[in-house]
Amino acid sequence: MQLEYFHLIDRIIDLNIGEKTITVEAQVPEQNTIFEGHFPGYPLLPGVLLIESMAQTSGWLLIALMKFERMPFLAMVKEAKMRGFVTPGELLKVDASVVHEGSGFTITEARISVGGKPRCNATLTFRHIPFPNPALRGHMDATAKRIGFPEQAMPHG
Amino acid sequence: MSSTFDKIADIIAETCDIPRDTITPDSHAIDDLGIDSLDFLDIAFAIDKAFGIKLPLEKWTQEVNDGKATTEQYFVLKNLSERIDELVAAKGAQSPDNAT
Repeated sequence: MQLEYFHLIDRIIDLNIGEKTITVEAQVPEQNTIFEGHFPGYPLLPGVLLIESMAQTSGWLLIALMKFERMPFLAMVKEAKMRGFVTPGELLKVDASVVHEGSGFTITEARISVGGKPRCNATLTFRHIPFPNPALRGHMDATAKRIGFPEQAMPHG
Repeated sequence: MSSTFDKIADIIAETCDIPRDTITPDSHAIDDLGIDSLDFLDIAFAIDKAFGIKLPLEKWTQEVNDGKATTEQYFVLKNLSERIDELVAAKGAQSPDNAT
């Protein structure tokens, strides 16, 4: 995780296009200014960042399914449950799967666990639109490489 | 059409917490019932599931934006019911069970 840049996932562990599932890892930093305020003497990764981690994970799944032609944007968060604290230095496993693919929107379910124990889950809805500009598309291409997006799932040509 | 309308009205009432008896076939989902585009995603999801179709929201929105259709054609509930019936019929016509 690079919290300063809102990079909340580190690497894709598994991407299954057929099953419409994804698994990623994210290493919570040992130190960050966020922990100075949340909370003093009792550092916890804020729930909103856990939700964002699940959104980014789901987003990469959707980008893969849409062959890098469209960009998903988080539109709705439902049934978000913070089941346990996430503390500095923990390694998060984030799983997401597609629940429904509508016209211009997709719903996913996502969950975060640490050492096999659930920490949170939510149902997320995304709107998606064609990439609004080449700069964003280029940024997503670069991020895909950084997080180990599978080469065989990248669009070619 | 009436059973389709009833299903849609039930979905809208439950999804958007709108009293069921205020929802009529002539209700405009946006203008009369105050449903915004985000809430309509929930409704579309429920309709997709209930009828086994995929409401072509993007296509409809594009047609309205291009001036080729009016919102009434898609979002007045009796018209929405007709569109859904058409989509269900089209899906049935494409089903392998109906192949000749």
